[in-house]
Amino acid sequence: MNIDSMQFWTFFFLILTFGIYMTIAWRSRVKETKEFYVASQGVPTIANGAAIAADWMSAASFIGMAGMIAFLGSDGSVYLMGWTGGYVLLALLLAPYLRKWGKFTVPEFVGDRYSDTVRVVAAICAIVISFTYVVGQMTGGGVVFARFLGLEAHWAVIVAAVVIFFYAVLGGMKGITYTQVAQYSVLIVAYLIPAVAVSQQVGGFPVPQVTYGTILAELDGLREDFGLDRFTEAFAGRDGGQLDVFLVTLSLMLGTAGLPHVIIRFYTTKTVRGARFSGFWALFFISLLYLTAPAVGAFTNLNLLQGAQGATADDLPAWIQPWTDAGYVTLNVDDGAIDSVSNVAASGADLIVSNDILVLASPEISGLPAPIIGLMAAGGMAAALSTAAGLLLVISSAASHDIYYRMISKEVASEKTQMLVGRLAMTAAVVIAIFAGLNPPAFVAQVVAFAFGLAASTFFPILILGIFWKKANAKGAASGMLTGLIFSSGYMIYTLELFGTQANDHLFNVSPEGIGAIGAVLNFAVTITVSNLTRPPSEEVQEMVESIRYPAQQQLKAAGKI
Amino acid sequence: MSHVTHEDSSGTAPPPDNSWRQRYWKKNVRLMVVLLAIWFTVSFGFGILLIEPLNNIVILGFPLGLWFAQQGSIYTFVILILVYALWMDRIDTEFGVSERKQAGEKS
Repeated sequence: MNIDSMQFWTFFFLILTFGIYMTIAWRSRVKETKEFYVASQGVPTIANGAAIAADWMSAASFIGMAGMIAFLGSDGSVYLMGWTGGYVLLALLLAPYLRKWGKFTVPEFVGDRYSDTVRVVAAICAIVISFTYVVGQMTGGGVVFARFLGLEAHWAVIVAAVVIFFYAVLGGMKGITYTQVAQYSVLIVAYLIPAVAVSQQVGGFPVPQVTYGTILAELDGLREDFGLDRFTEAFAGRDGGQLDVFLVTLSLMLGTAGLPHVIIRFYTTKTVRGARFSGFWALFFISLLYLTAPAVGAFTNLNLLQGAQGATADDLPAWIQPWTDAGYVTLNVDDGAIDSVSNVAASGADLIVSNDILVLASPEISGLPAPIIGLMAAGGMAAALSTAAGLLLVISSAASHDIYYRMISKEVASEKTQMLVGRLAMTAAVVIAIFAGLNPPAFVAQVVAFAFGLAASTFFPILILGIFWKKANAKGAASGMLTGLIFSSGYMIYTLELFGTQANDHLFNVSPEGIGAIGAVLNFAVTITVSNLTRPPSEEVQEMVESIRYPAQQQLKAAGKI
Repeated sequence: MSHVTHEDSSGTAPPPDNSWRQRYWKKNVRLMVVLLAIWFTVSFGFGILLIEPLNNIVILGFPLGLWFAQQGSIYTFVILILVYALWMDRIDTEFGVSERKQAGEKS
C-alpha cells in the first residue's frame, strides 16, 4: 500500500465531506431560538431517523465496537443488544408521549411535570452526561487525523474540535439535522463497503450477516491455538458471567432510552405519529451498522489470527507495520514464533493489538484500494462529528434555556440573549473538551460507562413514572433521582480509577457498567414510595399527564372543524 | 412558574364523551405489554438466559443462542417498533384521533 496515495485519498474525502456538511449547515442556518433547538418540527420522519442514527452512532460505535466484539466474542452482544434494545423502550414508552407534551428537552419536561428544582438537577445531569461524551468524540476524531493525515496528536484534536464547533454553532438543530443525514450516508457507506468486500473474499458471498456464521468453527479453532476463549462461548469474555452480562445489557438499554441528546431528536417531528415512525427509521438505520459489526469483528479476527499463525515477527502481514509504528500494535516476540494474541496490554502476549484499529484497518487487511481507506477515515470522522454536534446542542440548550432563561433571568431574557448564552455554553464546552482531549484522560472508556449508568439510574425511571403514573410527584422524583445518582456514581467511584481514586474489587460480580440497572430499580422504588407518602401533584398536572396519552383531539364525524 | 401549552383542550370537552379515552388507553397498553414481552423474551431470554442450551442447535454455522444475541434480537427490535407504529395508526383511526391528514407528516 502506497502511503502517499492513502494520505491523498484521506485528505480528498475529508475535504469533500466537510465541504458538504458546511454547505448544508450554512444554507440552513437559523436565527430563532425554537428553530435553533427543534428545527420548527418540520423534518420528515425518514430524515429525522437518519439524523438520530448519526447522532447516536459515535466514534465508539464506528471505530471501536467491532474491535471489541472481535476479542470479546459472544459477549460482545452486551453492546449490540444494549445499544439497540433501548430504542424499543424509547419508541414505545417515551418518545410519543414526550412529543405530545411538546417541550424542547428532558429538563423542560421534568420541570413542567415535577418542579423547577428537579429541572435544575436534570439540566446539570444532562450537561455532565453530554460533556463526557463530547470528550470521547474529540479524541476519536483526533485518532483519525493523527493516523491517516500524519498530524501531530495535539493538533489533530484541535482541528477536530474547531470543525465540530464551527458548524454546531452556525447551524443549530436544522443545520445539524440535515448535516447528520449526510453524515449518516457517509459513515454507513464507509462501514459497509469493506465489510461486503471481506465477506465476499472470505465467505464467498457478499452478505456479511450470513457468511460470518460459516467461519465461526474455524475461528474457534484458531482462537484456542492462540490462547483465547472460543468466539462462540457465552460468558467467557466477562468476569461476572451471566448475571453481569444481563445487568450490563439492561443498563445500556435503560441508559440509551434516557440519554438526553437522543430524546431531544424526537421533538423535531410534527406529530406524535411522526415520533413513532422516527423511532422505527432510527433503529432501522442503526441496525444496518450494528448487524454488520459482529461480522466485521469475526472476519478481522480471523484474518488477524491467520496472518499471525506460524509467523515470526518478520513475516507478519504488511498492514500491521504502520499500526505498530503508530503505537497501536505491540510485538513481544522473544522465541521467534507468535503463539499468543491479545488486546490487553498487560497480558504479555506475543502480539498485542488495540481494539480501536480493527475497523479502520479492515480495508487494508483485505487489500482494498486507497480510496476506500480514505472513505473509511471520512466515515470515522462523520461518526465523531455528528455525535459531538448533537451533544453540544444539549449542553447549550440546558445551559441557556433551563438554567439561564428559567433560573437566572427569570424568563425575561430576549431570544437574542438566550442564543448568545447557548453559544457561549457550546464554546466553553468545546474549550474544556479540547483540554481534556489534549491530556487524554485514561478513563475515557470508563466515563462512557459512567454516562450510561447515570442516564439509566437518574432519567429513565422518572421519565417513565412521569408519563405512566399520575401520582408521581416532585418530592418523589427528586429523591429517586438523587438515590440513583448517589448509588450508581458511588459504586463506580468505588470500583473504577476515576478522578484518581483507587479501584476496588467488584461486589457480587457486578461490574460498574452494569450498576445503572440496579440504580434504576432503586430510583423506581424510592420515587414510588416517596410519592405515595406525600401529596399527589396538582389536578392540572394530572390532567396534563392524562392528555399526552391521546395523539390528537377526537374528531367526531359530524362536528369538528379541522 | 412555567406555562404549559395545552394542545388538547380537554378542560372544555363535554365529560360524557371521555369513555373512549379509557378504551383507547387500554388498547395502547395491551399492545405495549405484548411487544415488550417479545422484546424481553428474544433479547434477555434467548440471547442471555437460554443462550447456552440454544447454542447446541447450529444453523448455517451459527449456534442459535449466539445468533439471537448478535443478530436475531436486533432484527426483532426493528420489527417491534414498526409493528407498534403501524398498529397505533390503526387504533388512532379507529378512535378518530389520527394525525395523518392534519399535519401532512411524511413518513
